[in-house]
Amino acid sequence: MTSAATAPAPVAPAARTTDALLYLDAVSVSFDGFKALNSLSLVLEPGEMRAIIGPNGAGKTTMMDVITGKTRPDTGTVLLDGVHDLTRLDEAAIAELGIGRKFQKPTVFEMVSVEENIVLALAGPRGVRASLFHRRTPQEARRIEEVLEIVRLGDRRDALAGALSHGQKQWLEIGMLLAQDPTLLLVDEPVAGMTDAETELTADLLRRINVDHTVVVVEHDMSFVRALGVKVSVLHEGSVLAEGSLDQVSAEKRVIEVYLGR
Amino acid sequence: MTSRKPILFRLMAPHIAPAILALVAAAALVPIANLAFPPDHALHVPTGTVVLVGKWLTYALLAVALDLVWGYCGILSLGHGAFFALGGYAMGMHLMREIGPRGVYGHPVLPDFMVFLDWEALPVAWWGFDVFAYAAFMALFVPGALAFVFGWLAFRSRVTGVYLSIITQAGTYALMLAFFRNELGFGGNNGLTDFKDVLGFSLQADTTRAALFALSALALAGGLLLAQAIVTSKFGLVLVAIRDAEARTRFLGWRVERFKLFVFVVSAMMAGLAGALYVPQVGIINPSEFSPANSIEAVIWVAVGGRGTLSGAALGAILVNWLESFLTGAYPEAWLFVLGFLFVVVTLFLPKGILGALRSLRGRRRAADPGKAPEKSPAGATQAAE
Amino acid sequence: MAHLARTSIRLTRSVLVALTLALVLLAAPLVSTPVSAQQASTQDVETILAGFTRGQFPATLAAVDALAASGHPHAAPILQALSDRRLVFETASRRVLWQEGGQTFDALTGEPVAAPGPTTDVRVSNAVRRAVQTAMASLTLRAPNPATRIEAAVSILRARDLSQRAALAEARAEETDPNVQRAFDDTLAGLALVDPDAPEAERLAAVERLTARADAGARALLLSVPADATDAVKAAAAEGIAAIDRRLEIQGHVQNLFFGLSLGSVLLLAAIGLAITFGVMGVINMAHGEMVMIGAYATFVVQELMRAFAPGLLDLSLLVALPLAFATAGLVGIALERLVIRHLYGRPLETLLATWGVSLILQQAVRTLFGPTNREVMNPSFMSGSLELFGIALTWSRVWIIVFALAVFLALLVAMKATSFGLRMRAVVQNRRMAASMGIRTPWVDALTFGLGSGIAGVAGVALSQIDNVSPNLGQSYIIDSFLVVVFGGVGSLWGALVAALSLGVANKLVEPLAGAVLAKIVILVAVILFIQKRPRGLFALKGRAVES
Repeated sequence: MTSAATAPAPVAPAARTTDALLYLDAVSVSFDGFKALNSLSLVLEPGEMRAIIGPNGAGKTTMMDVITGKTRPDTGTVLLDGVHDLTRLDEAAIAELGIGRKFQKPTVFEMVSVEENIVLALAGPRGVRASLFHRRTPQEARRIEEVLEIVRLGDRRDALAGALSHGQKQWLEIGMLLAQDPTLLLVDEPVAGMTDAETELTADLLRRINVDHTVVVVEHDMSFVRALGVKVSVLHEGSVLAEGSLDQVSAEKRVIEVYLGR
Repeated sequence: MTSRKPILFRLMAPHIAPAILALVAAAALVPIANLAFPPDHALHVPTGTVVLVGKWLTYALLAVALDLVWGYCGILSLGHGAFFALGGYAMGMHLMREIGPRGVYGHPVLPDFMVFLDWEALPVAWWGFDVFAYAAFMALFVPGALAFVFGWLAFRSRVTGVYLSIITQAGTYALMLAFFRNELGFGGNNGLTDFKDVLGFSLQADTTRAALFALSALALAGGLLLAQAIVTSKFGLVLVAIRDAEARTRFLGWRVERFKLFVFVVSAMMAGLAGALYVPQVGIINPSEFSPANSIEAVIWVAVGGRGTLSGAALGAILVNWLESFLTGAYPEAWLFVLGFLFVVVTLFLPKGILGALRSLRGRRRAADPGKAPEKSPAGATQAAE
Repeated sequence: MAHLARTSIRLTRSVLVALTLALVLLAAPLVSTPVSAQQASTQDVETILAGFTRGQFPATLAAVDALAASGHPHAAPILQALSDRRLVFETASRRVLWQEGGQTFDALTGEPVAAPGPTTDVRVSNAVRRAVQTAMASLTLRAPNPATRIEAAVSILRARDLSQRAALAEARAEETDPNVQRAFDDTLAGLALVDPDAPEAERLAAVERLTARADAGARALLLSVPADATDAVKAAAAEGIAAIDRRLEIQGHVQNLFFGLSLGSVLLLAAIGLAITFGVMGVINMAHGEMVMIGAYATFVVQELMRAFAPGLLDLSLLVALPLAFATAGLVGIALERLVIRHLYGRPLETLLATWGVSLILQQAVRTLFGPTNREVMNPSFMSGSLELFGIALTWSRVWIIVFALAVFLALLVAMKATSFGLRMRAVVQNRRMAASMGIRTPWVDALTFGLGSGIAGVAGVALSQIDNVSPNLGQSYIIDSFLVVVFGGVGSLWGALVAALSLGVANKLVEPLAGAVLAKIVILVAVILFIQKRPRGLFALKGRAVES
């Protein structure tokens, strides 16, 4: 995946404590007294797709920030593969370990072309020297074609990413995740602002991705979560309120309270 | 901008190739026009012009260096004049040593100002500067090392946007104060001057000046080529990605700070080279070269020519300096007004600079476009600064 | 700054001297009548006065001493006239006269003399002048004004004039004012210490007294304990010196702290407007320093206008200048926001460049209007001189700057937290769209907020005109410091700016004695640069999502 110099050493190679791909235990984060995460615990099995729902301010985005290294938790354990302590690594190192992230607001590189966006995401050496003297290999060229194909942007490959429609940007971002080929994908509100048709296509896309990737989806859109048909975790005030199928959790009294008010 | 194309093709992009050709031609022809034709000949280029334009060429190299970090990586350094000045001081120190016993006080080793200050021995920092190769090395090494240390600290701590600009400005200001002190050992207020010759050639001779002009033109051409090679590689693509969405780039696994550090150091060394070529042509280097106003003026050269265009930056440097030398001669009061309005007008009405505007006119959508606002609000200012 | 401090010290000193002289002259004619214990007869005075007519210095000197001791009601003006070469005698009659304000008075009676005959000057040597000075001191020991009496005692001590010991002791016995008593005791102690005839017990008491006084003068006196003193006295004196040294060291620290606070206040004044425009609005205004400069020039213009039209009120020109400087700089700020900055919101680097251009234009405009040289803004009387506190001299201009900076800070805090404009301003900053939908006219709030920040910079200019050169480059010297203060304190935090400004000021003054002024500045600059790398969001950083999104 990467050169030896940048690969972070596992904390305790011998002592693998969990079989989970992602293991969060008692994670707390506070901003100026406000508890964004309050002793949050979450376990994700390899190959799983998990939907995270919860009202505004429940801590969904902060959780993503903690997993991807943007925010350091005050306390708690965050392990990838049971060995990599994510609380000690920065964003780039975590990305190299194979965690990809799609943001709530589509964040593509607007000033470069669609194809170049994919090139930037493409798995491969990330070093300064490697990128200075990089020449595209046939495998890379093939992979770029594949990804453009999957996200249906083949004919816009030379367009500036900034010129894409909102939905196309969302897909480009998903395409970038594919190109990055992470073991774990974090997807923040992928269908916000999409048409129904686009939403359906996106659900398809995520299911296809889930075939060989573990996926976490944060979403507000209940019909979309239902369409995904996966295990759901409900976040509230920084910790997990309920877990199970969508029908199970939406039957729970506390969840109804949180969503509908008392 | 991708690395799909072969390197030679990338380097000969339409806006770079003419600039390179023009510079090589100038390096060959201007010295001939100056030296071979008698002063009354129509093709004669007076020595004054050669020196003036030679100076502008070193400014242009500084502008290219600045464009590399600002135009492509979004690092608005307000302290690039410091790297330029450090390169200049390294060369100035060599020229001082080369004066040897011909100084006013006739001391065999010590430059005049040290004799004047009653110093007994050469300070350690001056050792070795009598060797040209060492001085030339230091002219690149010192700016590069400073850029490395500063960049390593700043980029690792993710100081970005205007914060970075402010501390680069404070940094060059601190250096200026330091160089004003006699105790630092670089001539204090007066700086280094009264140079006699370089590598045995008199600095007053027309041939030397023509040669320095040619060297400056070639150095600028080389700088343009190097910068073009960098920005058209995959590395350059990452730079643009960092400029447009730094956090996103990091989440893709790119170690942003290393890319910034590399390009910042390369840029600083380029600025150092420009300074080293500047000093023998103007014959003096003093602490005012560190003044924050100088650095920020270099930024306007880049903005006028068009940031993110490399050759535009060089063009901008030459145009603005030509305007300055014309106005300060004809209407000295007006120059600061004009320069001030240039800052305002370019940022308001010509955000892509001359070259960028020309490109937009030609409908080339591939032009780099850093001057676009996501949202017009003061609160968005801090956001964009992230 | 150092130069300014020197000037103000010089000013202070000359003011004090003039004041004392004036007091002495006012007091002198009234002195002796009530204190008539040893008043000499007219006969004696005539004899004494005759001493001035001999044309020999010893005779003159004797006359000076005798006259001072005589209690003659006109002794003070006569002696003063002698010192100023205004004492004459009629060549023929040998009648001694003094001239004052174009009139001539009889030295014996004090009556004006209408038409004196031809006169001869009484000759004066330096020795005579010294004698007059001492004599005046002893005369003024009984002056009605306590300050005059204290000054007299101090000058006796300064001269180590043992001849005044008896007179001083006598005056001390009759003295009622406790402050004056203390001054007399100090002087008596000092004299006892240097008096070779003083007994040991008296000297020991003197040492104790001087140790308690604990200033540089007392230390000097303790150092000059004569060689003939006993070991006990010498030991006590050495101990006293050590005690005084400790005390002086503490005073030095306090003084440094004060200088630091005063520098910090200057930084605060320069930066506080920026804490609004940069800190709150996020606008990088490189022309901020020029707003300060405009304020300083407004002060200059107001001063010149008042000099021309209302010279009597010149002392109040600063007060008049305050609102005008605020308005001028504020209007320039609003114009700048409307014409340039609002087109660049969300593009901080472009804002930086455009406002730098504006700063060049403003500098050149002022240079064209007022010329490139420094303009002089005078200090009003209430800012001259210095305040003595625990043996530390605090110049009034510095004290006022500190007070003024804090006042501006508090006023701004109130404006931000307690006025409806402040509320709207904070609303717009926090959520522009929401504020707009609540009916707040956000473009106006932007413009007025920027105007407020600029206006405060203008007000700062009024204060800085008192301690800095008013020149077109005035603003340039503050802009880097101001930005560092705001960034160091934490963008968006007014309290951060306060703490940052004061701590940078104090740090600067603490490093200065170790490294010198320029190096101290460099050290502080580098330290702040390193600090920002460590904590990019400053001392009082806001945390959380609100900041990042």
